[in-house]
Amino acid sequence: MTTLSVSGLNVWFSTEDGPLHALKDVTFDIPERRIVGIVGESGCGKSTLINAILGLLADNGEIRNGEILFEGQSDLTKLTRREMQDLRGPRISTVFQDPMGALNPVLSVGEQMINIQYRSGQSKAEKAARAIEMLKLVRIPDADSALNRYPHQFSGGMKQRIAIAMSLMMEPALLIADEPTTALDATLEVATIELLQDLQEQIGCSVMFISHHLGVIAELCQDVVVMYAGEVVERGTVRDVFHDPRHPYTRRLLECDPARQTERTRVLPTIPGEIPDLRHRPEGCVFAPRCLERHPGCDMAQSERMVAPGHAARCNLVDQSAAEGESA
Amino acid sequence: MSEAASNPPAAARSELWKSFRRLLREPLGVFGLSLVVLVILAAVFADVLTQWDPTRINPRDRFLGPSGEHLLGTDQLGRDLFARVLHGGRIALYVALVSTAISLAIGIVLGLIAGYGPRWLDNLMILLFDATKSFPTVMLALALVTIVGPSLTAVVVVVIIVNVPGYARIIRTQTIAIKSSEFVTAAQSMGASNARILGVHIMPNVIGPLVILASMDIPVVIAIEAGMSFLGLGVRPPTPSWGSILNDGFSQIRDTAWIAIAGGLPIIITTLGFTFLGETLRDVFDPRLKGR
Repeated sequence: MTTLSVSGLNVWFSTEDGPLHALKDVTFDIPERRIVGIVGESGCGKSTLINAILGLLADNGEIRNGEILFEGQSDLTKLTRREMQDLRGPRISTVFQDPMGALNPVLSVGEQMINIQYRSGQSKAEKAARAIEMLKLVRIPDADSALNRYPHQFSGGMKQRIAIAMSLMMEPALLIADEPTTALDATLEVATIELLQDLQEQIGCSVMFISHHLGVIAELCQDVVVMYAGEVVERGTVRDVFHDPRHPYTRRLLECDPARQTERTRVLPTIPGEIPDLRHRPEGCVFAPRCLERHPGCDMAQSERMVAPGHAARCNLVDQSAAEGESA
Repeated sequence: MSEAASNPPAAARSELWKSFRRLLREPLGVFGLSLVVLVILAAVFADVLTQWDPTRINPRDRFLGPSGEHLLGTDQLGRDLFARVLHGGRIALYVALVSTAISLAIGIVLGLIAGYGPRWLDNLMILLFDATKSFPTVMLALALVTIVGPSLTAVVVVVIIVNVPGYARIIRTQTIAIKSSEFVTAAQSMGASNARILGVHIMPNVIGPLVILASMDIPVVIAIEAGMSFLGLGVRPPTPSWGSILNDGFSQIRDTAWIAIAGGLPIIITTLGFTFLGETLRDVFDPRLKGR
């Protein structure tokens, strides 16, 4: 069963300068018990995607068409505010990028962890016991006394682990992790990823892991979705996409990963150009203006093509190479 | 499980106790606290501390100077000034506490609505706050007293009208700043309702600074009460008030200065006490200094 199935999702924002097409025909699946990475540079629509799934789009945002099926039954785009509110937390929970800001500074960690269990109807002592259990699970030393401390008394890495503990407390079916390791240093990043992996196995939830760090995605995720300018340009298993990238953007992105540099250079490679203005989307392929392999066929709108079972790319070069492969 | 963890209120109490201990380490705070406690005790035990009736007129004892019998002397009607000052303290504290509490309650609710509600409502409320604030206090008091007549209630209402816009504005600004903070987004993404976000996350963050501001406002409130009573817009004559004692003394100041001193000194003591206490509280309760 798929935990989350997004198909043909389109999100528009009305701005003072006209409508902005933030997400275009976004389609991907998060299978049960899998960790799916979402990669893309800043401004590619990762956060909009999260908000669309959570039903927390800003007032000027609107889902025009498409559906988000959760656990195969409820279409999240059609739920009422109330129903959506009941899903957030117990069934779909979120960890955010900034561990410094994710906890309320004036409430002790214990108060916040007990508070978040308001739906459970247990006694306060039971809730406190559950909070301590979760803190131990995320390896917070001295979990008992941690409850009485305030967020500023913890380090960034510990705060992020507390935030993870809080988001997994109700054993959700889907955890959305919005760049949870970006604000942490390299050693903490590794520890946090290992922790997430462990917890995911224990709880058996699916994870949607947003990151722009390709190494983390390769390490943690089974599937990956590459986004560019509000479109899914390529998706598939991490093995397929990282070893046989079919979209020029994915290839360029992988080339730009500092960890993959084989030669010493003074200048790190970049992709020239910028993400197009989404108020005026290009007619054809959205990556064409920056693409090195651009040809006349790119001026037409591109549909998603299957490269192999479970591996898709939104680029007409896939057809060409397939044709070449057949003729050879 | 530790004892404190199983019983969070105990933890909260110890946190308050710690803050109190920090307050006791600040000389200014101790001084302020002592003055405030002194004023409160004097008002509460007014009947015990003096045998004199503050409203009993005794024409034979007019303008007596301070003595063992009349600690602060008597006024132009022969009333004991010490008794009048103590009972005046009750009025001052009553006005200060009641009107501050009501202003806080109204200010918090209006501020949360303005800060968290829709944009148009925010704009409308800000307009109302500013319009109210632009009235000079004395004009407002005069207008109100013209309609309802001079009374203690009129003083309380004036103080509330004067205080609420400022409190609401502070709460509104803080609410706007905090509602876009990451932990509120996090709470939303975990399914918290608006009421829950306001009550659990925004209120505790905005209320601390406001309570401290309000405690620093108490001297202003006492001054408004005294000022209105001085002008004859507040407490009605036989009832003692620091403002009316000051008014009595004002007309006699060339001959008998102690009447004005008797009315002015408690205002100074109370104002100083609450100001010092408020300033120290502000430092002590700053969460960034906690655990120091």
